[in-house]
Amino acid sequence: MKEFINYLADPIRSFPITCILFYFMIRYYKVVGTKKFAWIGGALLVATYGIFALDPNFWLIITWPDNVPISILVFSVAFLTWYSLYKCAENDKRLEAGECPIEALPENREKVWCWPNLVYTELFAIIAGTVFLIGWGILFDAPLEEPANPTWAPNPAKAPWYFLGLQEMLVYFDPWMAGVVLPGLIVVGLIAIPYIDTNPKGNGYFTFAERKMAITAFLFGWLVLWLYLIIVGTFLRGPNWTFYGPFEFWDFHKVVAEYNVNLSEFFWVFGLEMSLPKNLIVRELPGIILTILYLIIPVVIAKWDKCKEMIEKVGYIRYYIYMYLVIIMATLPLKMFLRWLFSLKYIIALPEWELNL
Amino acid sequence: MSEDTRKKLNRREFFSYLSVAWVTFTAAAAGLLGMAFRFSYPNVNFEPEMDFIAGRVGDYEEGVDERWKNGYGVWMVKEEGKLFALSNICTHLGCVPTWMPAELKFKCPCHGSGYYTNGINFEGPAPRPLERYKITLTPEGTIKVDKTKIYRYEKGQWDHPDSFLSV
Repeated sequence: MKEFINYLADPIRSFPITCILFYFMIRYYKVVGTKKFAWIGGALLVATYGIFALDPNFWLIITWPDNVPISILVFSVAFLTWYSLYKCAENDKRLEAGECPIEALPENREKVWCWPNLVYTELFAIIAGTVFLIGWGILFDAPLEEPANPTWAPNPAKAPWYFLGLQEMLVYFDPWMAGVVLPGLIVVGLIAIPYIDTNPKGNGYFTFAERKMAITAFLFGWLVLWLYLIIVGTFLRGPNWTFYGPFEFWDFHKVVAEYNVNLSEFFWVFGLEMSLPKNLIVRELPGIILTILYLIIPVVIAKWDKCKEMIEKVGYIRYYIYMYLVIIMATLPLKMFLRWLFSLKYIIALPEWELNL
Repeated sequence: MSEDTRKKLNRREFFSYLSVAWVTFTAAAAGLLGMAFRFSYPNVNFEPEMDFIAGRVGDYEEGVDERWKNGYGVWMVKEEGKLFALSNICTHLGCVPTWMPAELKFKCPCHGSGYYTNGINFEGPAPRPLERYKITLTPEGTIKVDKTKIYRYEKGQWDHPDSFLSV
């Protein structure tokens, strides 16, 4: 059984499983968004965590001070996601029946004063937060390590837990892409949301049925592409950033057969059975063509009915900004699958120019 | 201000006092700035030297030698009749890989890049091989490694006569 879970936890299998679970969550959000589901799902989650924790290797991982926030994160995100879906499901049922959302009921439209209602709540939140941090500081000691040495690195060398998703992304990308371009686009994309999304539906009340695409796109990026990667980076990456199952001992010498090949080698050496061309541009031509083809997808599909509808609603500029943000977000799962299935390293590899995609 | 001082201080004197005051003030400000600037440089530099004498050719056996790794960040590798000084900085994001003698490879603990003993990357996200440093023989017959000069494989610089020693 443990072997089987270790086997399933490998990103090659656990990433598609996560995607499928995410699909079911979105597809059957009305089932997920019930109190019955919350009790059963919550009990199952706690029970699974408890059984997992009986294993000494998993216990070591979750009790490591840096990893405790991840356990808190798993439970709090599970609860908050369920809670929003529950609110959405309730409202959507009312909207279907032709009623107004719960938030628009007369008793919920009543207004209260900022002082004292809000300020008191904030004060208590501040006190509770301080108490929590003091308790945390007493419980877990900060590690006091040897003086910094530029010629030595701990193994595994892990970023703070909130950056582990980024570190996991870096395994599949060039540092310029995963370290600068993609995080930059995440920030810019999040800032751009209110300017791209001018649909007034869902303002001030929970709903899923009226905002399917927006909520699905956001939750996929947040739950699957960010939190899943953080959990993998924390729980399942051991020495040498090798994958270790949740119940696997962190053996420093675990050998993983891995040999990554660039697309240019696939094309010229394995495909055409000749040596790599000397000219850099000719060598990387297949990758460059593929990248250009990928980048013109939004232009091509603009002819589709659904896209035409969207362009009519929001205009060309918003459509293209949205589409490019989405297809750049999609490069992450795409690149991960290509790495796992074909050991593909880079689509365009120009280390001479410090440029790799 | 009393009646005598107002008489004593005529226009010309006022300007000379003003000049002296301004010059003093400027000098003091410049001195302070200079001290602040000086403060940004450490008194003692603990960084390893950029070049060092790495013993004699006969000191090295076939394979990877780690003796200069902790002090200078250099692996001395002897294979196929060549001795070269390999940088220990991963070409992906600048971590320090670990030498794994049992697996005969360098493995980076940050994102899992792997390199053969000759420095060629083969696994993980590293886009290019490890860099090599300039290595020369001194007139006394000792080896001198100069880290200010690097040789990169993908630019075809590993054939450069200064990038290895024939042994």
